[in-house]
Order: sequence, then C-alpha cells, then structure tokens
Amino acid sequence: MARAAVPGRLSWRVGRLAEARQETPTARTLVLDVPGWPGHLPGQHVDVRLTAEDGYSAQRSYSLAAPAEGGRVELTVQSVPEGEVSAYLTGVYSTGDPVELRGPVGGWFVWRPAGTQPVLLVAGGSGIVPLMAMIRSRRAAGSRVPFRLIYSVRTPGDVYYADELRRRARDDAGLDVTFVYTRAVPEGWPHPPRRIGVTVVNTNGWPPALTPDCYVCGPTGFVETVADILVALGHDPRRVRTERFGPTGG
Amino acid sequence: MGIVTPGFRGRPRPSGPELPPGQYLTEDFPVLSAGPTPRVPMDRWEFVITTETSREHRWSWTDLMALPSDTPTVDIHCVTKWSKLGTTWQGVSLDTLMSDVDTAADYALVHSYGGYTTNLPLSDLLDGRAWVAYRFDGDDLHPEHGGPARLLVPHLYFWKSAKWVRGIQLRFDDEPGFWESAGYHDYGDPWREQRYQGD
Repeated sequence: MARAAVPGRLSWRVGRLAEARQETPTARTLVLDVPGWPGHLPGQHVDVRLTAEDGYSAQRSYSLAAPAEGGRVELTVQSVPEGEVSAYLTGVYSTGDPVELRGPVGGWFVWRPAGTQPVLLVAGGSGIVPLMAMIRSRRAAGSRVPFRLIYSVRTPGDVYYADELRRRARDDAGLDVTFVYTRAVPEGWPHPPRRIGVTVVNTNGWPPALTPDCYVCGPTGFVETVADILVALGHDPRRVRTERFGPTGG
Repeated sequence: MGIVTPGFRGRPRPSGPELPPGQYLTEDFPVLSAGPTPRVPMDRWEFVITTETSREHRWSWTDLMALPSDTPTVDIHCVTKWSKLGTTWQGVSLDTLMSDVDTAADYALVHSYGGYTTNLPLSDLLDGRAWVAYRFDGDDLHPEHGGPARLLVPHLYFWKSAKWVRGIQLRFDDEPGFWESAGYHDYGDPWREQRYQGD
C-alpha cells in the first residue's frame, strides 16, 4: 500500500552535561550538549535512557525547559521518591558525563511562536517546565502575543526559575505571572494558602471570548480540576491542551 | 546495548515477569490525555460501528449492558514508559459487537467523545483481543480513565485503547489518528518498542 513519506526514525543521540543548576532542593536543571540536535518546539519532550554497566537500562520522558540553542538542550528534572532515573539525574550525574536522548517527541502540547492567539499557561508544581519553554521561546522569537501564567506551588521555596520569572514578569512586555500557594505563602501575601479554583482562573486567565490557547500541565488531579474549570467557564475544549504527570515517575 | 552512563546502577533487577523493552513497572494508574475529560450523559451515550459502505450499527448504553461481557485480566503498557500488570476489566468483546457487521475493511479508525482518534488494523480488534470496557478493578470506569467506556486493546501501547470511545469507522486505508499524526507509531507493538514513526 502506498504511504505518505515517513519521517526519519528518532535515533538515540549522546548528550553530555555542560552545566547544571539547582532550581529547588529537589529539582535540577541540566544543560546538555547534544551534537546534531534537530531543534524542537516549546512543549515537546525527550526520552532519556540510562544504561548501567551490566546492561540494565531505564528510560523516562522529560519536558524540554528552553528553546534549543544549536546543540544545547535544557531539561529540569524533579527528583521523585524511589525514582531510579530522577535520583541519578538530580544527584549523581556530573559535568561531562554522557546520557542518551531521543526526540523531540510530541506535536500536540506545543506552542508555535507564529501563533497569534492569547495564551494562558497553568502550571502545577513541576508542570511549569514545558510552559517555561513557551515563555522563553516567546521572548526569543520576539512574539508580542500576550501570555498569562498561573503557577501553583506548595510553598515559595518550590518555585522553579524564581528569579527569572520575577525578571520576565517585569521585563517581558505582555507577560503576566500569578502565583498560587497551596501550603505556605510568602510574607505579606494577601491570601492564606489556597488551591486553584474558579476565581483564580477567572480573574487571572483570559475571557473565553478572546479564544485563548490554554496549556495546562501538572499532576493528574490538578490538570483535571483546571481543565474542568476552563470548560465550565466557557473555553472551547479543543483549545485546552493538557499534559499530565502521573503519580509515579522516574 | 546503549552507552554506559557512569555511576548509574538502577533499581535492583526485577525478578518478576519480563516487561517490554524500555518499560518500568507501576502499581498506580497514571493518566495520559491531551485535553479536558469529556462528560457524556448516559442517556445520550452511544457506540457506533460504521462500515466502509457507511452502514451504521448502533448501541445505546442499555443495549451495551444487555450484551454478554468478559472480565479479561491483562497487562497494559503506556508509551510514556509505565506498565501495569494484571489489570482486571469488564467489557464487551469486539467479536460480539462485530458479529453482525458485514465488512471487507482492513483498518479501523476509532473515534472518541472529545474528538480523539486512533487507528489500527481491524484484525487487532478481533479474536478476543479487544473490548469496549466499562468497569475497571470492580468499579465503574472513572471518567479520567475513559469512563463511561473505553476501548481496551492491551496488546498494543495504551494510547490505542481510546478513552471515551464513541465509535469505530471501518476503512480500506489506514488513516492516522491523533497521536499517530503527531509522530507516534501507526501500529504500536510494545514488545517491538514501536513508540514513534520509524521505530
């Protein structure tokens, strides 16, 4: 049977750790040099494969945290309890060491810098990673599409990219950032800790009439809640894109 | 074998049943979907098989419940790397649903409430390998896991087991579905690690 052209196989490439940054006590950003990296869109992810000396190997998917700069790619990895891959990447993996990667993967949960619709980003915890890639790409591409980010974290110490987000909220024209704290708030914060709800999304998101593109990323319960709120507020379900991090990971 | 990652030892090696390549075992039931969970009122729910000649075979919820069901216990494998073993479902076999359907089609395009689609060869839906499932682990299937009813095709990666299934279109050609159009494999056999196009 005749077939449309099949894109090339996603082959495994070797990346080496060029630089690492600690985002929180349990999350680490890895900047990797990956010769021959084909580029990616914000929101896409990569598969990472680790291989032990006895041949045992383990794979996990991680969102890309920033637009590609040549062969440089950035991931932010949250250490999860009993996570054999995340424990290694956040604790052991050292500058110059190789890992295998393949990607980019995923063509749905992506923002295209040529987009013209307003954008609402809603992150729960480590769900900020692919959304941060969109925020960084927006600036890098010189896009003036208005972005609003609602970022829910347990405590102020759990915010990834805290300094950069503060700076961008000030300097990136058309970017608004709202924090929601669920367990502990910064000093002088106007609300006690609270979960994200209709009021927060309604006040800090976009009216449905503007037909914004909505991206929601976080743990399953968070994504279910926010996606349901968006639909209930009148957003077109087809404009609500979700990415869920299951309760397990690696 | 890939290149060795210095200092990586991994978990103690599992001694249980073998998993497909690149998969790891989970006891939880993670959720993966691309958009909001659609809510389908049961009195409006229907499942429709449409043949290549546009002949439609319809089942309401009541019709579906009246059909004989199976309770398969199967292993499931998600392309995001988790596998879950020994899951028990209740549902109606596609053999039952297809028994009065006259078709010469080779392929199926599965449609869901909410707009999701996925494609597979029709033969993979037959011979006791696929169900329209409405109970999981003794409970009604929760909406985030595809309730009221989802397709269950456990021998392929789990994205083929379309949640919120509403119908199957039988076709002569293999039309790529939602993830298949976004770079995922057309067939998706976990044992051959067919995750992405070209694998």
